[in-house]
Amino acid sequence: MISLTNYLVVSAILFCIGLYIVLVKRNAIQILIGIEMMLNAAILNLVAFGKFDRHNNGGQMFALFAIVLAAATTAVALAIVLNVYRRYKTIDPDKVDQLKD
Amino acid sequence: MSAANILFYIMSFIALASAGYVAVSKNLVRSVFIFFVTLFALAGLYVLALADFVAVTQIVVYVGGILVLILFAFMLSGRETLNVLQHPDRSVWKITNLPALLIVALLFIVLINVILKTDADHLGWISDSIKTKNYITNSGDMTGNIGVNLMTRYLLPFEIISILLMMALVGAAHLSRKESVE
Repeated sequence: MISLTNYLVVSAILFCIGLYIVLVKRNAIQILIGIEMMLNAAILNLVAFGKFDRHNNGGQMFALFAIVLAAATTAVALAIVLNVYRRYKTIDPDKVDQLKD
Repeated sequence: MSAANILFYIMSFIALASAGYVAVSKNLVRSVFIFFVTLFALAGLYVLALADFVAVTQIVVYVGGILVLILFAFMLSGRETLNVLQHPDRSVWKITNLPALLIVALLFIVLINVILKTDADHLGWISDSIKTKNYITNSGDMTGNIGVNLMTRYLLPFEIISILLMMALVGAAHLSRKESVE
């Protein structure tokens, strides 16, 4: 039986790598990948703890909900990225600094 | 050390190494494709946590849906995203990356401290669940249980999330349409 602490450590490292990607990358799509990685770290925790809830399946169920939510977020975020690219001809978040048209 | 432990270490090494490669890679296309590997390894970790249905959903939704979507956006946004490839000075150890590294390292130290102090294997409710045999064994009958729970106990979040997903997809389609008047 794999110890829960192992899962927690792996998830913590994955979360930190995702945060690093979000902070460092200069490309909206790569930042999105970093966010997905952080979401996956959270889902890993949910699944690891869900092992101890046989009757209600709380952890696994909310892991499924989180996956669906991630899909919805990605669709909207990519639509926004495409719009930003059409308007500014760049997807570097540092260069998109105007609020008005 | 059992086979499950060895598999766990192999899977987590693959996941973390590929995630690290995504973080340090200068090649954008390659980092997107390596992210596939991370997601597959994470699906393997879910299987080792006896959540096979979540693992299959992970592969179907993430690898089949989200990554294809990311690749689409990547190709539609054209040469500009690929131009980053031409900049030679994008190494990890640049001075502008130092604050990010610092924040991440500090957060990591805090997280590891919290995890080691929590001692998750001996939490109250986990001991209770082991005592009352309320933990999942590898008998393989969990998918039916998930289906029954989804339609009874978790019906309200299920419906809410389906409406939210529909709204998000309609909104995404609306946002990404071509504007007729400039």
